Amino acid sequence: MRKLLIVAVALLAVGCPPPSETTSGASGGNEILVGEYGSLTGPEATFGQSTHNGIMMAMDEVNAAGGVKGRKIKVLTEDDQSKAEEAANTVSKLISQNNVVALLGEVASSNSLAAAPIAQSNKVPMISPSSTNPAVTEKGEYIFRMCFIDSYQGASMADYISKQLKMNRAAILVDVKSDYSTGLAQFFESAFVANGGRIVAKQSYAKGDNDFRSQLTAIRSANPQVIFIPGYYNDIGQIAIQARDLGITQPLAGGDGWESPKLVEIGGKAMEGSFYSNHYFAGDPDPRVRQFVEMYRERFGQTPDSLAALGYDAAKVLVNAMSKAAQLDGPSIRDQIAATKGFPGVTGVITLGPDRNPIGKKLAILEVRNGDVVLKDTFEPAGSSAAAAAATTAPTTAPTATTAPAKSGT
Amino acid sequence: MMPRAWWLRDLVYLVIFVAILIGATYLIAYSETYFPAMRYYHRILVMMGINITLAVSLNIINGHAGQFSLGHAGFMAVGAYFAAFLTLYYFGPYVDRLGEGSGQQWLLQNVLLFIAVILGGIVAAIAGYVVGLPSLRLRGDYLAIVTLGFGEIIRVIILNIDKIGAARGLSGIPPWSNFFWVFFFAGLTILISIRLVNSSVGRAFLAIREDEIAAEAMGVDTTKYKVKAFIIGSCLAGVAGGLFAHFSPAYLNPTMFTFIRSFEVVAMVVLGGLGSITGSILAAIILTFLPEALRGVKDFMPGGRDPRMVIYSLMLIILMLTRPQGLFGRRELWDVLSRRKDTIPKEPRDAGDATDKLDRDAGPPVT
Repeated sequence: MRKLLIVAVALLAVGCPPPSETTSGASGGNEILVGEYGSLTGPEATFGQSTHNGIMMAMDEVNAAGGVKGRKIKVLTEDDQSKAEEAANTVSKLISQNNVVALLGEVASSNSLAAAPIAQSNKVPMISPSSTNPAVTEKGEYIFRMCFIDSYQGASMADYISKQLKMNRAAILVDVKSDYSTGLAQFFESAFVANGGRIVAKQSYAKGDNDFRSQLTAIRSANPQVIFIPGYYNDIGQIAIQARDLGITQPLAGGDGWESPKLVEIGGKAMEGSFYSNHYFAGDPDPRVRQFVEMYRERFGQTPDSLAALGYDAAKVLVNAMSKAAQLDGPSIRDQIAATKGFPGVTGVITLGPDRNPIGKKLAILEVRNGDVVLKDTFEPAGSSAAAAAATTAPTTAPTATTAPAKSGT
Repeated sequence: MMPRAWWLRDLVYLVIFVAILIGATYLIAYSETYFPAMRYYHRILVMMGINITLAVSLNIINGHAGQFSLGHAGFMAVGAYFAAFLTLYYFGPYVDRLGEGSGQQWLLQNVLLFIAVILGGIVAAIAGYVVGLPSLRLRGDYLAIVTLGFGEIIRVIILNIDKIGAARGLSGIPPWSNFFWVFFFAGLTILISIRLVNSSVGRAFLAIREDEIAAEAMGVDTTKYKVKAFIIGSCLAGVAGGLFAHFSPAYLNPTMFTFIRSFEVVAMVVLGGLGSITGSILAAIILTFLPEALRGVKDFMPGGRDPRMVIYSLMLIILMLTRPQGLFGRRELWDVLSRRKDTIPKEPRDAGDATDKLDRDAGPPVT
């Protein structure tokens, strides 16, 4: 028994972090320490990995060009295992033990929401590349994001369909289990109706369902011009196949949850002609995007998804702010991030608004054509109902936040 | 001990305990200004306290009463969400109306936190009663499955209530919980647990654990006592949940309360030794501390790979292989320490105390 106690005590002693670690951060040698926390393992690992790749690529580029103020940037990456609690732990560690000057992360809004109050109370600026829940940036003036929020996306899609495609009869098929899906559907519906359109059918499914025929039959009888399905890619393929089986020929439309190479893989021919909104398009002829995609392919051997692009942009915006900041401390970096205006990013020109969300970001409308995802259109809601909806419906109090996914950001 | 003075002695202990906690709380707050890394250690310490409460409360159900419950996360969620609901919608706005930083506000927020946490515990206890009454007629594996299911049901119910955030999680809860309250309730839980196991109710629990049929033959109303254990355990889990909800970042999400968390707590209880209170405490400390401490390992790894969870899992496997009955078996820390002085135990309570040999062969109690 005594032996056991000794073992237990030894375990504790061994586990104690070496004291050198606590002091290394403050001076950081000559390096600027930036913290990154992400879902490198767990159910959202693919999102976390892509974001991590994007961030590392951006930082390596910056370091190769001489760093910021003559100092190299070092990214300290911590894995939060896709758990909100772990996100809080890692951010607490990065800030207080490693003394990072800024934070990058997370993809899933639930993890960002757990980390944001800690960053805010310690006055460490944090940029979330792709958390779409409006509540994230409402946590305080130190919290920013790079992606558009769901209210914006839903309303923009409605605008695009009703104004660009001139369609006025839409059906909605929503995943009731996902907050992301219900939120997007809600904003789509209100904007679409405001534009004079009509929702002829509204059906629901739950993530993990395999049979959608009854819902699709009901939609078919309502005869819509387009079917809006704001779900995730793994369900969409199945839905598309069954819809085509039932003789539904109308295009399906969706949001950034569709973004995955798996979309066409699962759906195959059934996906033809369907389209969705995304943060960027990897085949964009824009030279900045092309350069990014080429370098990413060379380094990681795959086409960067929108998460990688958003991670890359988040890191670049942070570096830009750090190089402009008078001092490398939280408040001055924060002020410079907030002042970001017209920054040329891979996902578009980034201007951060007063609510620390990017404003006027263009949507890339992607279409499946001949088994390939191609750019159908880029759409900029001209300050119309989309922007208005984003402004008015983005709730001011966190708990009553109306929309947006807890786990989202795909 | 004289019967009349026991409460007086406890009162003295309570005062000393509270004084130490207040001192520690202020010491931590003070050191944070000079030693920023303390904020991180503070967080780990608080998580330890919450996990101690969870492990000791589950030990009442799994260890003492011998009913294998896998639904602890569900009861924790009930307590967490109910307490958070109260403070977020009712108590918080009321406190905010008072002057910022005033003594009155400080006092009120602590009192209201206490009330919210206790009420969260009571609601969790009610949930425990509702779950326990039908399911505790089952035994062993069946009970484990039923409690696992109920834990998930609670989570799915939360997932569908929009008022408490549903899938997006509940944020903006006032961060009132602190070191003091967490360890106050951890101490309370330990006290309740010790007193319970030495009471007639606790003896009934042990009797049920050892042999349910024999206990019934001896006149123990087994279902009643099993439900009792369940209610007490889930109430304390609810308290732990309430404290967890109010600790920075004060954010709740249904994904925090999946069955994985239940397993984590079960791992603590099993690792410490089913039925050992001090074992549960030690295991809770180790299992909270270990994953955090192992974060440093990746700095020594080539290519930035993170072997943290591999090492963590390996340590658990090795510990369970070398000590299948848990760190302490069914004994307590004081039993272990007193064995140094006299090898004959003072009260041969059960086989586990008689000889080490027997205990080792006994293995974990079969439910």
